[in-house]
Amino acid sequence: MSALTTEQPVREPAPAPQPDEQPISANLPLTPSQLEAFGAEMDAIRQRIIADLGEADADYIRKVLKAQRGFEVAGRALFYLPPAWPLAVAALSISKILDNMEIGHNVMHGQYDWMGDPALNSRMFEWDNVCPSEQWKYSHNYIHHTFTNIVGKDRDVGYGILRMDADQEWHPYYLGNPVYALLLMLFFEWGVAMHDLEVENIVAGKRKMSENAALHRGIMRKVKRQALKDYVLFPALTGPLFPLTLAGNATANLIRNIWAFNIIFCGHFPAGVASFSVEETEDESRGQWYLRQLLGSANITGGKLFHVMSGNLSHQIEHHLFPDLPARRYPEVADEVREICERYGLQYNTGPLGHQLFSVAKKICRFALPDDVAQVPGVGLVRALLGKGKPPVAVVAEAA
Amino acid sequence: MGLTSTLLASRTLAALTSPHGVDRYLELVNPMWAAREVRARVVSVERETSGEHPVATVTLQPTSTWRGHRAGQYVQVGVEVPGARRTTRCFTISSAASQPGERFTLTVRAHSEGLVSKWLVEQARPGFVVHLSQAQGDFTLNESPATPTNNHLLFITGGSGITPAMSMVRTLLRDGYDGHAGRKVTFLHYARGPEDQIFATELAEIAAADNGVRVVLRHESAGDPLFSAIDLARLVPDFREVDTWVCGPAGLMERVELAYDGSPRLRTERFKAPVVKAGNAEGDVVFSRSGQQVANTGASLLEQAEAAGLTPEFGCRMGICFSCTARKTEGTVRNVLTGEESSLPDEDIRVCVSAPVGDCAVDL
Repeated sequence: MSALTTEQPVREPAPAPQPDEQPISANLPLTPSQLEAFGAEMDAIRQRIIADLGEADADYIRKVLKAQRGFEVAGRALFYLPPAWPLAVAALSISKILDNMEIGHNVMHGQYDWMGDPALNSRMFEWDNVCPSEQWKYSHNYIHHTFTNIVGKDRDVGYGILRMDADQEWHPYYLGNPVYALLLMLFFEWGVAMHDLEVENIVAGKRKMSENAALHRGIMRKVKRQALKDYVLFPALTGPLFPLTLAGNATANLIRNIWAFNIIFCGHFPAGVASFSVEETEDESRGQWYLRQLLGSANITGGKLFHVMSGNLSHQIEHHLFPDLPARRYPEVADEVREICERYGLQYNTGPLGHQLFSVAKKICRFALPDDVAQVPGVGLVRALLGKGKPPVAVVAEAA
Repeated sequence: MGLTSTLLASRTLAALTSPHGVDRYLELVNPMWAAREVRARVVSVERETSGEHPVATVTLQPTSTWRGHRAGQYVQVGVEVPGARRTTRCFTISSAASQPGERFTLTVRAHSEGLVSKWLVEQARPGFVVHLSQAQGDFTLNESPATPTNNHLLFITGGSGITPAMSMVRTLLRDGYDGHAGRKVTFLHYARGPEDQIFATELAEIAAADNGVRVVLRHESAGDPLFSAIDLARLVPDFREVDTWVCGPAGLMERVELAYDGSPRLRTERFKAPVVKAGNAEGDVVFSRSGQQVANTGASLLEQAEAAGLTPEFGCRMGICFSCTARKTEGTVRNVLTGEESSLPDEDIRVCVSAPVGDCAVDL
């Protein structure tokens, strides 16, 4: 091949471990020297994209923004035509999904701060969601993205409500896991808004109610604005169609909730995604941080439109490796990340939406039960009544 | 426009467009429609001087949200320079005081490293849209031009520092009775030479007319004297007792301040320019909000702030969460992740991954 055609960079094989070193842990299967090389390769990708940011990225996000505003205005307007109600709901749902994911989530990550446009600045952007951006940025950008999948530190492991990991101790409360997950899905934006209140820590006595006063005020201010717009003003503007518009706006919020929940749960909960202990992540190097992000995340395969509608969170692995790079770049770096994974013999968790969702659903049900099903209240009684039955432990093994 | 702007700025419309605000929708239809933000359309760009650093006067038609300006004020101008980066710099308004929504002009010298000034002088074309702040600054004319007084006003300017003084003199002549400034005005300006003289024709006209304004131009290339207290005393004997506005290069400002010896009559305006220094652990770091100054150790600004006893907000400490973003007002910082250095004034930086290179001031 001549130098004028696409140049294939020469890939060094992954370095062999030094004779006197061990992998960090079973979960983190690289040695310190390998991690250094691995981290340097990730840094190089990051550097290259940062140097290349420019007009194309700006045009893209402005185009998405324009489409979102267009769908929003169309949705609000179509409520004046009662037969077009489903269309109105669809348009408004698309608008809310774009606003929350490809625009809101990504802008608030600082992915477009380099543009210097106040409308696309992480410190100023506010999204169409009841959770105030200020609070979301703390729990998401800082807590979740820094301590990803460290059980006991990353509050996104089960969101303080669900048991999603074997290292979370079982309690009879978790028998309701599937029900809580269903409720969280339907009321997702409210769950996200309540997330920062750390209700589970208040119940556990680790947090005082008074610590929540300021957060609570912030949430109420945002809730009032969101509710006024979606449930009072826009319905009122359609006069006699008030109930239809109200129902339509509520449906659009519901659709957005369900969609966002499903995409986000596929990001860290499919089978095979690793979780980590506080001990194994102490004094973590940059390379180890990258490795933890990679092994603690999972992708969803799909077409271009699907990636846009998921805010490119379908590339959760690339998002966790490079949270502040514009999300439209994730598909482009995904091939390289996969190739690096192959060379280092690392898992790259990906699959179609249906497959990943089924895997998550199984996990939600599996962790509703303790590792030893005999702990479940009543199981002993049932077993005694039934006499010799199939041992429930075997059922669990199948489900897992 | 009255009813429309009232409607656009109404609370109902704000509630309907929450959380993004009315302007985020209006701008998609027409960038000149705004409820709160200020933008302007370039009407014309006229060269004042040519040469290595040419000067141009840019006439702007602001949106109806522009609240007008007082003579001597400046405005922040944001333009999208190549690479889709909005860059914002301050420019003094050179036209006479404006009313809300009224056109005004900026007179800008294209500095070799000035992204925005070069864009305004060399690339701006009629129809282009720029982002604006409202007018800012207290370096203003605090007298009513319509009321003649015995006060003597003195303007001392150098180079492109002529603009605020020009706005004040233009305001006096426009709003004074019958084209007369209504007071004694001395306009002393220093330029490199006639080819670098901004507003040459208009200044000649002002000098020739019977309007109370005395124009003195000093051209270095023609062998005219540089600023000195003795030279000034020849023009205005009691200058320390005269209301004076001075604006120009640092050297001129220093000499004028020395000559005035702390007189409260002297008003100064400085233009901030990026200061680039080489080296790593040199210079001083100023934490402007807390008023602390420490010797630069070369560590990240977050670590240096903490070592100085400050408790700035932070999160990940590795440059991913943006919790620690703060405004750097002066100096150069190096991004410790990318090695990239930046010397832009008034720039938002993540202090956990930014290390100062030489002197640096951060709003912490």
